[in-house]
Amino acid sequence: MNARTTTRTLARRGAPLLLALVLLAVPYSTLDVPVLLPGPLNSPGTLQLIAVCLLFAGFALSYDLLFGRTGLLSFGHALYIAVGSYTTNIAVTRGGWSLGAALALTAAVGLVLPAVIGAVALRVNGIAFAMVTLAVAQLGSIIVLSDPDGRTGGEEGLALGGAGVPAFLSGVANTVNLYWLALGYAALVALAIAWSVASEPGRVWAAIRENERRVTVLGLPVLRFRLMAYVLASLLATLGGAVHLLVMGGSTPQITTSDFTLGLLVMVVLGGAGSRWGAILGGVLYTFLDHRLAALGTSGAVADLPAVLRAPLSEPLFLLGALFVLAVYFLPGGLAGLAGRLRPARDGAP
Amino acid sequence: MNDTTAAAPLLELADVHVRIAGSHILQGIGFSVPAQGVTALLGRNGAGKTTTVKAILGLVPRTGSIKVGGVETVGRPTHAIVRLGLGYAPEDRGIFAGLTVAENLRLAERGGEPRYDLVHELFPELRKRAGQRAGTLSGGQQQMVAIGRTLLNENRILLVDEPTKGLAPRIVTEVAEALERAASAVPILLVEQNLHLVRRIAGRVVVVEQGAVAHAGGADLLEDAARTRELLGVGRAR
Amino acid sequence: MSTIVLLALTGLGLGALYFLIASGLSLIFGLADVLNFAHGLFLAVGAYGTWWAAGHLPGAGASGAGFWLAVLFGVAAGALAGVLVELVLIRPLYARPIEQVLVTVGLGLAGVALLRAVWGSDPRQFPKPSWAAGTTGVLGAQVPNDRFLLIGAAAVVLVALLAFLRRTRYGLVVRAGVEDRAMVAALGINVRVAFTLVFAIGGAAAALAGALGGVYFGNVTPGQGGSLLIFAFIVVVIGGMGSVPGSAVAAVLVGLVQQFANYYTGAGVGEASVVLLLAAVLLARPAGLAGRTA
Repeated sequence: MNARTTTRTLARRGAPLLLALVLLAVPYSTLDVPVLLPGPLNSPGTLQLIAVCLLFAGFALSYDLLFGRTGLLSFGHALYIAVGSYTTNIAVTRGGWSLGAALALTAAVGLVLPAVIGAVALRVNGIAFAMVTLAVAQLGSIIVLSDPDGRTGGEEGLALGGAGVPAFLSGVANTVNLYWLALGYAALVALAIAWSVASEPGRVWAAIRENERRVTVLGLPVLRFRLMAYVLASLLATLGGAVHLLVMGGSTPQITTSDFTLGLLVMVVLGGAGSRWGAILGGVLYTFLDHRLAALGTSGAVADLPAVLRAPLSEPLFLLGALFVLAVYFLPGGLAGLAGRLRPARDGAP
Repeated sequence: MNDTTAAAPLLELADVHVRIAGSHILQGIGFSVPAQGVTALLGRNGAGKTTTVKAILGLVPRTGSIKVGGVETVGRPTHAIVRLGLGYAPEDRGIFAGLTVAENLRLAERGGEPRYDLVHELFPELRKRAGQRAGTLSGGQQQMVAIGRTLLNENRILLVDEPTKGLAPRIVTEVAEALERAASAVPILLVEQNLHLVRRIAGRVVVVEQGAVAHAGGADLLEDAARTRELLGVGRAR
Repeated sequence: MSTIVLLALTGLGLGALYFLIASGLSLIFGLADVLNFAHGLFLAVGAYGTWWAAGHLPGAGASGAGFWLAVLFGVAAGALAGVLVELVLIRPLYARPIEQVLVTVGLGLAGVALLRAVWGSDPRQFPKPSWAAGTTGVLGAQVPNDRFLLIGAAAVVLVALLAFLRRTRYGLVVRAGVEDRAMVAALGINVRVAFTLVFAIGGAAAALAGALGGVYFGNVTPGQGGSLLIFAFIVVVIGGMGSVPGSAVAAVLVGLVQQFANYYTGAGVGEASVVLLLAAVLLARPAGLAGRTA
C-alpha cells in the first residue's frame, strides 16, 4: 500500500517533469517517425506541428476551465482567441505598434471585454448562457468578415507584418522560437489553471458545477465566482490568440467561427472534461489528427480505397466528429477517464 | 375478507430502495394495498411517502419488487405501468397550466369509454370551466381536475398524494366526498396529512419512517391519540 | 416607400427561413430538452436532397411540378434524418442532456464534413423555377418572387403546425410534454413517441428551409445551415423555448430588424442589433417572449 502510494506520488509528480524534459529536448532531436510526423523532430515542419498542438492544448485547457471545472457551457470561446489574434495583429500590422505595446493592449482588452460580456451573459444559466455566448461570438465573426475600414482583411484574413514583428519570430529558420513560445504558453495556461482550481475560488467553481443551489444557499455570490472563471478563461484564450497569430503568421476569420469553439468542446470532452490531463490530451490529439489525417487522406493506403470509403476518410472533421460521438457513448470521462479506469487503484480526485 | 378478490393484494411492495443524487430515500420499504378501500400512507415530512408513490409509478429509479395485480413493474417504463390501471393525482397536482380543463381531461383518456358523466357529476365546475386554461384555476379547482383525471378511466387503483394540501375547508369536504365515493369502486392509496380525513375514509394505514414501514394495520390505530402522536410526531391529533 | 416595402418583404422572407428552422428546434428543445446542433445538418440534407432529386429523381426537375417533387424528396429526407437521429443517437442518452447536446454537436460536424467529402465544398447551383426568378410589383417596389415563396411556405407550415398542436391528440401530447414530461408519462402516454415525432417535424421543416434557402441563395454549400442555425437559435431563445407562436413572432422580428438595420446603417449592424435584441429580451424576460408553453 505504502509502496504503491509512493509510486503514485512519483507518477503524479514525475509525469509532468518527464513531459517537460521531453518537450524541452524536442528541438535538439533528429528522431524521425515516418508516417506520423512530416519530418525529423527538429525540422521546421514538425516543430510547427507540435507548436500548434501545444497551442491548442492551451486553448482546450482554458475552455475546460469553463466547461469542465465550472460547468459553464460556452459556445463563444473562439471569440477571445480571435480578439487576441486580431487585436495584436491590427495594432502591429495596421497601427505599426511594437509587439510589446500590442500585447499590452491585447491583455487589457482580454481583461475588460470578458468582464463586460460575462457580466451580462452570466445573468442567465445553462442553455440560455450557451446561446448568448454563441450569439456574441457570431457578432464578432460578422464584424471580422465585414472588414470594417479594411482593418481585418475580411475573408482573406490579415497576414502579420510591419516593423513591430521581431526578427527572431519570423521566417522558417526561426520556427524553433515559435515552438518555445507555444510551449511557454501551454505551460503558462496549465500552471495558471492548476493554481486557480486549487485556490479558494477554484473550490467554489467545483461546488457550483456540482450543485449550484447549494452554493447559493451557503450565501456565496455564484455570479461573481462564475465571472471570475469566465474572465480568467477568456484572458488565457486572448493571450493564446496572440500566440496563435505569431505561430500562424496571421489571423484568419476561421478562428472566429462557432465551429472553432465546437472544436474546443470536442477536444475537452474527448480528452476528459474537468481532469488534469484530459484537455491537454484532447487538444493535442485533435489538432494532430486534424493536421495529419489530411496527409493520411492523400496517402497511398487511402487512395487505393473505393471512392465510397475514400471520400469520408479524406475529411478529418468527419472522422473527428464520428470519433467524438463514439466517445460520448463509450468513453464517459474521455481518454483521461479511460486511463483512470484501467488503473483501478488510482485515488478518486482528479 | 371472505371475498376472493380481496384476498390477493392489488399492490405489493417488497424491499424497495430508492437512491436519488446520493441520498438513500427509501430503505427497503414493503407493504401491500388490498383490493378495496382506502389505505393511507402516513409519516412525517421527508419520511418518503411521495417517493414511495413515485417509485410505484416508475418516476424515480428504484430496486426491489413492486407488483400491481401480480405483475412485476420494476424495470418497466412509467406509461406501461400506468396502463396496468393506475390513476395518479400528484402532490403538486400535475396540471398542465397552458392546456384547458377539457384538454387536461382529454389527455388522460386511455381508450375504452371515458367516464365524463362520473367526473362531471362529482365536479360540476369542471364542465362549466371546460374551456378555461387550467393555469388560471384556483387550487381547489386544479385538484378537481387532478382527481377527475384519475376517475376518467376505469382504474384498478388510485394513487392520490396530499389532495387537500393548501385547500380551503369547504373544498376539502368536497374533495373528501369525491374520494369516498371513488373508494367505493376502486382501492386508493392515499398520502394525507389531514388525520381527520384519514380517520373518515381510510380503512388501513401504513406509517413510513425514514424510508421504511414503521407500522401497518387498521385505521383504528389512529383512535389512540397518544399512539398517533408517537408514530407521526404530530402535536395535535384532532 | 418602395424601398421600405422591398426591405420589409425581404426581412419577412429571411424571418420565414428562420421560423422554419426555429420552430423545430424550439419544439425539440421544449419537449425533449435537446439543444439540437445537428439541425443545420437537417437543413443541409433537405437542400442537397432537393438538389440531387432535381437532377436524378425520375419526374423531378428544376421547374413546375418536378420542382415540388424534388422539394418533397428533400423534405422527406430531412424528416427521415430527424427520426434516425432521435432513434439511434438521442434515445440511448435519455435524461443526460449535456451528452445529448454533445452528440448533436459531433453529428453536426461529422455530417457537414461528410457532405463536403461527397459533393465538395464549392457551392452547387440550385434549381430555381423560372417563376421564382421573376419579380412582382408591390406598392411600386419590384419584389423578387422567391420572397413570396419563403413567406408563403412559412405561413403554411405555421398554420399546419398550430393545427397539429391544437387539434390533434399527438399535438396535445406535445404541448403537455413541453410543460411536464413526467406527468404525461404518468397519464399512461408513451411520451418518447412524441420525441420521435418532433424530431421528424423539425427535420422536415429544416429541410424545407434548406430547399427554399437554396432557391433564395441560388446555390447550396455544406456549411449553409451553420450561420442560419445561429440566428435560428437566437429566434428560439427570444421566442421562448418550446413555443411555436413565440418562434414565429421572434423570427419576423429578427428578420425585419436585421434587414432594416443593415440597409440603413451598414453591413453587420443588423446582426449586432439582433444580438442586442437577444440580450435585452433575456435580461427583461429570461424565459423568452412566450415563456414555456407550446
